[in-house]
Amino acid sequence: MADVTGAGAAPLQVSVVSADHEVWSGGATQVIAKTTEGEIGILRGHEPLLAILAEGEVRVTLPDGKRITAQADEGFLSVENDRVTIVARAAELVS
Amino acid sequence: MAAQLRVYRQKIKSAQTTKKITRAMELISASRIQKAQARVAASGPYARAVTRAVSAVATYSNVDHILTTEPEKIERALVVIFASDRGLAGAFSSNVLKESEHLTSLLRSEGKDVAYFVVGRKAAAYFSFRKREAAKTWTGGTDQPAFEVAKEISDSLVEIFLQEASAGGVDEIHIVYNRFVNMVSQVPEVTRLLPLEVVDGIEAPADNEVLPLYEFEPEVGDVLDALLPVYIESRIYNAMLQSAASEHAARQRAMKSASDNADKLIRDYTRLANNARQSEITQQISEIVGGADALTPAR
Repeated sequence: MADVTGAGAAPLQVSVVSADHEVWSGGATQVIAKTTEGEIGILRGHEPLLAILAEGEVRVTLPDGKRITAQADEGFLSVENDRVTIVARAAELVS
Repeated sequence: MAAQLRVYRQKIKSAQTTKKITRAMELISASRIQKAQARVAASGPYARAVTRAVSAVATYSNVDHILTTEPEKIERALVVIFASDRGLAGAFSSNVLKESEHLTSLLRSEGKDVAYFVVGRKAAAYFSFRKREAAKTWTGGTDQPAFEVAKEISDSLVEIFLQEASAGGVDEIHIVYNRFVNMVSQVPEVTRLLPLEVVDGIEAPADNEVLPLYEFEPEVGDVLDALLPVYIESRIYNAMLQSAASEHAARQRAMKSASDNADKLIRDYTRLANNARQSEITQQISEIVGGADALTPAR
């Protein structure tokens, strides 16, 4: 498994977008989301994935250990080359 | 003579009033266009993300899905036309309507039946004036499109697309809208939405980047089921936003040239009015001089 505690460049590039604007984007060490199959955690080096999100929270852990939580409805999650995109019709940051 | 002068003055007045209106409309459009452009830009990340995902599924899976497979025979096609609610925007609405006429005759020549979805009051009026049927019509709010409307349109699109052709469904969907290039140029654009032509050149994944093998959760088919309506929605929403930005740009330009025209009219009529006034004075002088001459006893 990849080194997730590493300082320096963030291992994952995450962006959360909703239909009419980009909600949040930036570097992260870990993303946890709820797909229709269950919860999924994504670290660096995850295989390319395209999943449908169940309604719920997406938790993003930043390199400095802080957490960002976003609410995403009716969306999907795509991972490739350590780029994580969370796309939802309506999405907003909870905290 | 004096009557002539009065006519010119009236014309100057009316040109001035018109100019006030066109000037105001020009300024309103100019201020709204920034916002419309910002909205187009803001919807970009979503559209890109969705397009990328769709192209990933379509390229890295060989699943047969109704939305991606080309039917053997296309019997009916649907054309979605995005025009404006209000006129006074130059050739904005007539451009898309003309383009859709071209498309219609092309589709007819291929032996397809054509049905229409119409967005915007101007296009609706065009259809009702010619007593042509539009399967569905949306009016209002073309200058500030709401995502809910885009969703409504795409829901009806998916629904009619999934119906059998015999039951009034369609096998192919095209959209016609004004694409916003820049402030001076908006081009009417025709795009086939369904079956998917993945993916129009611009949005293709970057040149040398190879998209890897994808994993799908839950299943490729399910992912496509969920993804495609979203894709259509984002395309429709993008078309509406582009159309709105184009509408403002077109109106601003049309109103600017109208104001310029009014200026020219005012100048010309002012000249003519001055001329008329001068000749009136000249005539009065010569009448007085003539009268005085007649009264002076001959020497």
